[in-house]
Amino acid sequence: MQAVTQVTTEFVKQYWAPLLCGFAIVAILPLIVGYVVLVERKIMADMQARLGPMRVGPHGLLQPIADAVKLLIKEDIIPEDADKLVFWLAPVLSVGAALLAMAGLAIGPAFQIAKDINIGILFVVGVSALGIFGIVLGGWASNSHYSLIGALRSSAQLVSYETAAGMALVSGLLFAGTLNVTSIVQAQYDQGIWFGLLAPVAFFTYLVASIAETNRAPFDLPEAESELVAGYMTEFSGFRWSLYFLAEYTNMIVVASVATTLFLGGWLRPFPRTHWLDFLDFLPMVLMTGIGIYGLLRVPKQPARVQQLFMLAVAGMCFAAAFVLAAPVLIPFFKSSLIAAVKPYHDGILGGFWFIFKVSLYIYFFMWLRFTLPRYRFDQLMRLGWHFLIPLSIINVLVIGVAMILGSHFHLEGWQLLLTTIPASVLALIIALFILNAEQKSEPQRASGDASDTYA
Amino acid sequence: MLDQVIFYLFSAVAVAGAILTVTRRNVVHSAIFLITALLATAGIFLQLRAEFLFIVQIILYVGGIMVLFVFVIMLVNLDVAVRQLRFARQKWVALLISLALAAQVGLMLWSTGKMPGQGVPVLSAVPADKLPPNSEEVAKSLFSSYLLPFEIASVLLLVAMIGAVVMAKRRA
Amino acid sequence: MATDTTKDAREKQKTLLGADELVLNMGPQHPSTHGVLRVKLKLDGERVIGSECMIGYLHRGVEKIAEHRTYQQFAPYVDRMDYVAAVSNGLGYCEAIEKLLMVEAPPRAKVIRTILTELQRIASHLLWLGTHALDIGALTPLFYCFREREEILKIFEKYCGARLTTHAFRIGGLQYEAYDTLEKDVERFCKAFESRITDYEELLTQNRIWLGRTKGVGILKAAEAIALGATGPVLRASGVKWDIRKAMPYAAYDQYKFEIPVGTTGDTYDRYLVRMEEMRQSRLICLQAIENIPSGPIMAKVGKVLKPPPGEVYHAIEAPKGELGYYVISDGTVQPYRVRIRPPSFVNLQAFDKMARGHLVADVVAIIGTLDIVLGEVDR
Repeated sequence: MQAVTQVTTEFVKQYWAPLLCGFAIVAILPLIVGYVVLVERKIMADMQARLGPMRVGPHGLLQPIADAVKLLIKEDIIPEDADKLVFWLAPVLSVGAALLAMAGLAIGPAFQIAKDINIGILFVVGVSALGIFGIVLGGWASNSHYSLIGALRSSAQLVSYETAAGMALVSGLLFAGTLNVTSIVQAQYDQGIWFGLLAPVAFFTYLVASIAETNRAPFDLPEAESELVAGYMTEFSGFRWSLYFLAEYTNMIVVASVATTLFLGGWLRPFPRTHWLDFLDFLPMVLMTGIGIYGLLRVPKQPARVQQLFMLAVAGMCFAAAFVLAAPVLIPFFKSSLIAAVKPYHDGILGGFWFIFKVSLYIYFFMWLRFTLPRYRFDQLMRLGWHFLIPLSIINVLVIGVAMILGSHFHLEGWQLLLTTIPASVLALIIALFILNAEQKSEPQRASGDASDTYA
Repeated sequence: MLDQVIFYLFSAVAVAGAILTVTRRNVVHSAIFLITALLATAGIFLQLRAEFLFIVQIILYVGGIMVLFVFVIMLVNLDVAVRQLRFARQKWVALLISLALAAQVGLMLWSTGKMPGQGVPVLSAVPADKLPPNSEEVAKSLFSSYLLPFEIASVLLLVAMIGAVVMAKRRA
Repeated sequence: MATDTTKDAREKQKTLLGADELVLNMGPQHPSTHGVLRVKLKLDGERVIGSECMIGYLHRGVEKIAEHRTYQQFAPYVDRMDYVAAVSNGLGYCEAIEKLLMVEAPPRAKVIRTILTELQRIASHLLWLGTHALDIGALTPLFYCFREREEILKIFEKYCGARLTTHAFRIGGLQYEAYDTLEKDVERFCKAFESRITDYEELLTQNRIWLGRTKGVGILKAAEAIALGATGPVLRASGVKWDIRKAMPYAAYDQYKFEIPVGTTGDTYDRYLVRMEEMRQSRLICLQAIENIPSGPIMAKVGKVLKPPPGEVYHAIEAPKGELGYYVISDGTVQPYRVRIRPPSFVNLQAFDKMARGHLVADVVAIIGTLDIVLGEVDR
């Protein structure tokens, strides 16, 4: 008994901070995901000439909470012929992997749960890929054809696009020279340029592959509602379904964060070392103040007293955020002696803003695509992956490597590296397109060929 | 103390997972337990601060190979598999091999116990900052001291890949 | 184990490799079978090797009902067949009975009928476009299409008070005089619609994914289309220039200039292009028609009680989905002896198996979408 207590105290003593962060993530993330969904619905509504959720709270701001309550109190249905254990396990696996991957991400120089793990990005990618088991097993356990096909599609798709995404990451990592998340961002600060600009092809490849990996449109075949009802989620309802949903959106946040870290400069503001752009430090607070003022203006237009108060509270929160964002920027103006003391907060708070801002933009792009594009067919998806993205990413790694060697040979640094990497990227693109072209010529209309290559 | 507890926890999970893998009738359950065993092994790697090995274990074995396994299993008609005899013809061969393996492990434990100053190997925690960066070290040793084996392994994989393509092409 | 016969073992091997066919039951509760169509698909992997459409889930015995209603009483029932193109259904029925009665609707009624029917064609095609795009995964066109369709339905509502099942026409002409601003409303809609339809085309026509999903999918050759009795856009996309509005003009179509778009290959993309162009042409017809609506009575002289002379008549119109025919037999009483309806969706659905074979499950929904079926009409 004493040994148990001892081990427990030792464990808690050693790991209390990550544990706390972990609990915080598990507690807060569903809320964040809920609001991401609300934002998605609002964006969708905006693009489709309608209003979106408007009933719960002013402008539907409380909709996520209503949705969550609805999902939680729904009847929990397990199909008669389902494999109960696996059916129970699958959504948990899915969401567990997604949440675990969050541990490796760094929102700012100081915000990271698994502090300074050497394998950094690799950890995030590897662990988030485990979520596929949740999908595959869930689809299998439901004992339904639609679910099974969804699961099969999903695993085939993930395995294919993982290769392309991994290779794209390698191209970016070549510049960083490290896997550690913090060091990657530091490397971008040292170079004074985001790796996304140095390796645009890699960024593009990762962008496409990450959409496919998170099963988002136009690659949302595993859950294509018009074909497979809801794919692997068909038989899931209520809480289990919401776990899948949570996993999907968490995965979106994860891939967006990886892209942000590696290609978009993490928590660095645009052009971090260009000093005449220092005024960008004021942008966050101006933005938040602007949103707050807009909220205030909307207050009198709310129909009910409760809604007015709620809107007021939202505006207040925006002002509070603006205040927090403003503090580290403005304090040095009044007391120059505090510059050094404020510096870490400056990086941390503004960095957090920039990171979240970039992640939001990335996710916005996902949504934009979803509401604009039709869905790929499965064989087309596979062809795009195997015949274009994978060759492209592999060639890109090669030419970027050559470009880097050339760059170091001529002592190019930062922006000057563009001189070698841009031609290299163009070269990679040309070669990949050439391969694609040759492939299409040699295999006219494979679509009507044999069925065995469907899952290539 | 903590490290030992964690180690034994992971080991127990790994062993239990391995045993369940071979005894389950349902192939999918077997796969799940195999994944469990592999993950537990990865956990032991992590506990030994071999971060790179840990993630390679996860990405390659769990994320890559096992996904393909499960993918193939999905296409299998389970009712037939369940009706088939458990432990097919290799029963005795497998028993023999496991006995030999058990004897080896026992011998190792026994002989190390005999040597002066050495008991059952006890793990001691190494602080993370004392170790050089993991993946860089792996890369260095792979591309310098172990370059030849590395290249040979690559060629082997290439051969396998080309072989697979040739076989697939012939069938198509 | 040793007792296993070789045949048994081989059987097991076969199933273990998953070589057997998978029968997938699509519908009747499936989001993209457009109602209650049930399709039994025989799949090899995801490839369709056979299919069977099972219909009848929405059967209401419309034709039988006709035998127990007077001619006027039955008119509202036809609205409930192709419920997204009720006006066209009504037009076909009214004209068939007028033929039987040997009366003709006055010119003013004919023109107003034409305007409303063409608007209905646009509305029907818009609904098709939205759902078809949705089936292929494009979410947004649906809402744009519904926005435009809403405008049309508002015109209907202003004209006769109903939006969906309008019962807009009467045997012998119209019951309602056109409301004051009908021309203006139609003109406003047509003016706005031109840029809107360009918007949809921008979203889809040159989209690589859209092309990939529709080109070469569900090809129906001209000869096959004719042999299967396909009509409407499905037939025209295969390259057959057959449109009853031109071939056997009814209502006021002989007064207006319009083109009949035809396709070349008869694939889903061609059907898409044909329907898009048809919407443009319908818009042109509406614009021509509102320019000059003749004045005069809106109702021909028909009695309160209709007793057509004994005889039979077949009258077909070009409904949005194809040839909609009414075959009516009169025995001289107030009730028809028999009404047989030839619904375009029902006949076009025959082509499904031919089109779907060899394609993937994902194409099946595209093909169901491109056939533009309405189950109310298929099952009647």
